[in-house]
Amino acid sequence: MGMLDPIKGFGVTFSTMFKKVVTEEYPEVFYPTAPRYHGRHQLNRHPDGLEKCVGCELCAWACPADAIFVEGADNTEEERYSPGERYGKNYQINYLRCIGCGLCIEACPTRSLTMLNFYELADDDRQKLIYTKEDLLAPLLPGMEAPPHPMRLGDDEQDYYVRGPELARQAGQDRQSSEVSAQ
Amino acid sequence: MTLAHQKPSETAQTEVPEGHVRLTIDGQEVIAPKGELVIRTAERMGIVIPRFCDHPLLDPAGACRQCLVEVSMGGRPMPKPQASCTITVADGMEVKTQLTSPVADKAQKGVMELLLINHPLDCPICDKGGECPLQNQAMAHGRTDSRFVDRKRTFPKPLKISTQILLDRERCVLCQRCTRFSQQIAGDPFIDLLERGAQQQIGTSETAELEKSASHTPDGTPFQSYFSGNTIQICPVGALTSAQYRFRSRPFDLVSSPSVCEHCSSGCAERTDFRRGRIMRKLAGDDPDVNEEWICDKGRFAFRYTTARDRIRKPLVRGEDGELHEASWPEAMRLAAEALLKARDGKGIGVLTGGRLTLEDAYAYQKFARVAARTNDIDFRARAHSAEELQFLAAQVAGTTPEHVSFASLEKAPIVLCVAFEPEDEAPIVFLRLRKAARKMGTRVAFVGQWTTSSVRKTSGELLACEPGGEAAALDGIAEHAKDIVEALSAEGAVILVGERAATMPGLFAAVQRLAERTGARVAWIPRRAGERGALDAGAVPTLLPGGAPVTDAGARAALEKLWRLPEGSLPAEPGRDTAGILAAAAAGELDALVVGGVDPDDLPDPRAAREALDKVGFVLSLEMRPSAVTERADVVLPIAPTAEKAGTFRNWEGRDRPFEVTLQNTGAVPDCRVLDTLAVEMDVDLFTQTPKAARADFVRAANSVTRPAATPVEAAPEAEQAKAETNGHVKLSTWRQLIDNGSLQVEEPHLAGTARPAVLRLNEATAQRHGIVPGEPATIRTERGELSFPAEIADLPDDVVWVPSRSPVGVYEALGVGHGGLVQLSAGTAAGAESAEGPAGETGGAA
Ligand code: SF4
Ligand code: SF4
Ligand code: FES
Repeated sequence: MGMLDPIKGFGVTFSTMFKKVVTEEYPEVFYPTAPRYHGRHQLNRHPDGLEKCVGCELCAWACPADAIFVEGADNTEEERYSPGERYGKNYQINYLRCIGCGLCIEACPTRSLTMLNFYELADDDRQKLIYTKEDLLAPLLPGMEAPPHPMRLGDDEQDYYVRGPELARQAGQDRQSSEVSAQ
Repeated sequence: MTLAHQKPSETAQTEVPEGHVRLTIDGQEVIAPKGELVIRTAERMGIVIPRFCDHPLLDPAGACRQCLVEVSMGGRPMPKPQASCTITVADGMEVKTQLTSPVADKAQKGVMELLLINHPLDCPICDKGGECPLQNQAMAHGRTDSRFVDRKRTFPKPLKISTQILLDRERCVLCQRCTRFSQQIAGDPFIDLLERGAQQQIGTSETAELEKSASHTPDGTPFQSYFSGNTIQICPVGALTSAQYRFRSRPFDLVSSPSVCEHCSSGCAERTDFRRGRIMRKLAGDDPDVNEEWICDKGRFAFRYTTARDRIRKPLVRGEDGELHEASWPEAMRLAAEALLKARDGKGIGVLTGGRLTLEDAYAYQKFARVAARTNDIDFRARAHSAEELQFLAAQVAGTTPEHVSFASLEKAPIVLCVAFEPEDEAPIVFLRLRKAARKMGTRVAFVGQWTTSSVRKTSGELLACEPGGEAAALDGIAEHAKDIVEALSAEGAVILVGERAATMPGLFAAVQRLAERTGARVAWIPRRAGERGALDAGAVPTLLPGGAPVTDAGARAALEKLWRLPEGSLPAEPGRDTAGILAAAAAGELDALVVGGVDPDDLPDPRAAREALDKVGFVLSLEMRPSAVTERADVVLPIAPTAEKAGTFRNWEGRDRPFEVTLQNTGAVPDCRVLDTLAVEMDVDLFTQTPKAARADFVRAANSVTRPAATPVEAAPEAEQAKAETNGHVKLSTWRQLIDNGSLQVEEPHLAGTARPAVLRLNEATAQRHGIVPGEPATIRTERGELSFPAEIADLPDDVVWVPSRSPVGVYEALGVGHGGLVQLSAGTAAGAESAEGPAGETGGAA
């Protein structure tokens, strides 16, 4: 055992002091994720505010961690949540289970379920980590109306799906122009 | 018939037995019975040929073409692929399925592609997704992309065939399973193929004027079937769905558990699918001996009573304020036990069990009555009943097994005579068997009844019409007016079926027995409720011990005392009172307490007297699931488990045990037998019926330790001899319950209720004219007690007889105070009290 050995041990420490730090000052400084990062889910809406989810449970079926629970129900003329006959009445994602694999959003046939970059999914209460439909639904953008309400963009669900991209573009333009006029 | 499994080399040497042929399938030699379909022979060999329309219980149709195979006969290939579900085996036939023949494979792929051209591929919102033969086959053998670029044919969807059955025509693959089921098995005017080519669709004759008339059949009568749910189950795609289950869950959510139907005495095998502790749907189980693969709509759709909002989940005790309050089990038990002990040592306790118990629960009730309450005052018959009936049950029914009469023997019988029994309404699966027997085996079906009901029509039956109440006389006179029927009944295997309504007619059971003795025909009793037959065998009657020995038999009592470890001579020896007797005694203050299971006073011949008795008697203990007329009057209410939450056995009308296990585990609900056992312990008596299993073992020991006496002749009740009552202007009432009505197990099922038969008053043309009644317009029947109105309909009843349903929705006994065979006044128009906005109601009758 050489005399310098105890000091040698600090070699790494000293040399690191002069390198660029890798530590992130989270949560004081928020660092953005990669653009395709699999964060929290969102249930999207059609441009008129109707929900895209049809309660098909394909996401729940695809989920390898059994984190998703869905219950479908019928839309009625008086109470319509999505175009077409079926909507997701109950929707829950358990973030204690979710592994962020994204298989659910691949399975979703209506692009209702997508993922955000939001990753602050921690809590000291298990119950609070089971996100319900209210937590997951996308916010109402200008021009959107909270369901239940009748179909505003067509006579049946075909109009919503076949003309989907066009409707989205249109809604985007309307929104922009309304924002302009608001200014 | 498992010759198919023999090795080819062996078969080559084996002789082909009589009535069989030798053929090869995919190069394997096989011997098959003549007339067998190629698809079945292949199935037996383990070769799966894809199919949609083929169903073993339906006649072959060859509609979907998915099962194409290559066939050559004696080395000469047939020019085109053949449908293996319609072609029968032949000697020297050579079959090549998709496994060995590229031709068959290509043909099948082509059919699949064509089937999918107009299919909407809306699997994500389709109920069948995940258990769909079309989906499976498309995934296994279909193309991954579509070559069809044009617009798909679409239909407005869904089409409401009834309140329950919905049809998405664009999903349909036109296999015609549904239409064949309706025509062949159920015999109901349902739906059929319409149009041609790409527009071919399932529908009704009026689907042109779609929405409104969709639920009407060609002759304009509303679509109505008791078996419509089966079409959903056999539809190989999601074209037919039920309003009840639509969008509720996915196959992978469901836990399936085999179960037994709790509704009628057929005892159908079912599969109950539940999700997170809630039943989502019921499907028909496959039991060739009992229900084959079918169940009725009541068995399929009536189950939400278990989750009814008002279900009683905690014991209730009537407080000082006269209201029921929740109490703990120990407290409720203590109160009940104290009151019952006092009553037992006072004037006594009566036990009414109701007809919906399992064998185990019924056994616990009778043991409770005999051992804890020390009485024979116990009766399961919560309906019209008679001493003559009890005699008949003791002599002819108790202890019989399916060897006596079974579903299979109905098929083999040369003739089946139904007496006071309407199979389609009372035991729908018996009806399906009778129809099958009539269609396939040429069984003659005859009915002693009042009019050509749909059961009569659909079994190609003969009606021996008689006045209500005149059934006994009709049977006695059958030798004169229907000689051929007596002759047929004398043949080997003939069967007489008696329904529960027979108890309302004095002398009928005696007449049935006389006829059976004269002809040698076998007699079977088919009660309406699932628990009646088991309750009889368990001894929940005033005159019989478990196992069918009479209570007056000292030897049997001694044997049971030994088995139950009771002091000698402690079992009551006197026959007890029947339901009516118990209620009368309670009203007269001759009983101090009543223990009541699932009894609805409106089912009894005198509902008012029953309610009065419950009001008057000192103490009422009610074991119930939901609030009822009994709980309203009870001092202590103990909640019990519905069928899905307990294990047990229903003994069906054949005497066949239909055991089932718990479907929904750990709900905290306890079966009657456990409640009674604990209650008895509080009363210082051991019943040993803590669990259904224990109760069952005890029952088997008890039944084996006594001997059933030889059948004794049934004596006709004295009333039978009475001169015919003067009718003076009255008409006679014929009535029975329809399958779907206001029964207490059918609550919270609006879609099912919508498929009930409309409640109408039926009468013949002459009677209608005499009373100025116009078909379709309301008519009223009344007695001193009250009146009932229904729209009138003409049917072939005898003169001066009317028919109404017993509880659709109002109870006939409650409203009129008379039942089948009673006298009522008839007039046009609605009831005086009832408001009527319907057009010219005619005169409102005299005695308003
Ligand atoms: S989010 Fe998408 S996949 Fe999940 S239930 Fe809704 S529609 Fe179906
Ligand atoms: S509705 Fe279903 S059962 Fe009926 S023909 Fe179409 S696919 Fe077959
Ligand atoms: S299964 Fe043979 S044609 Fe349909």
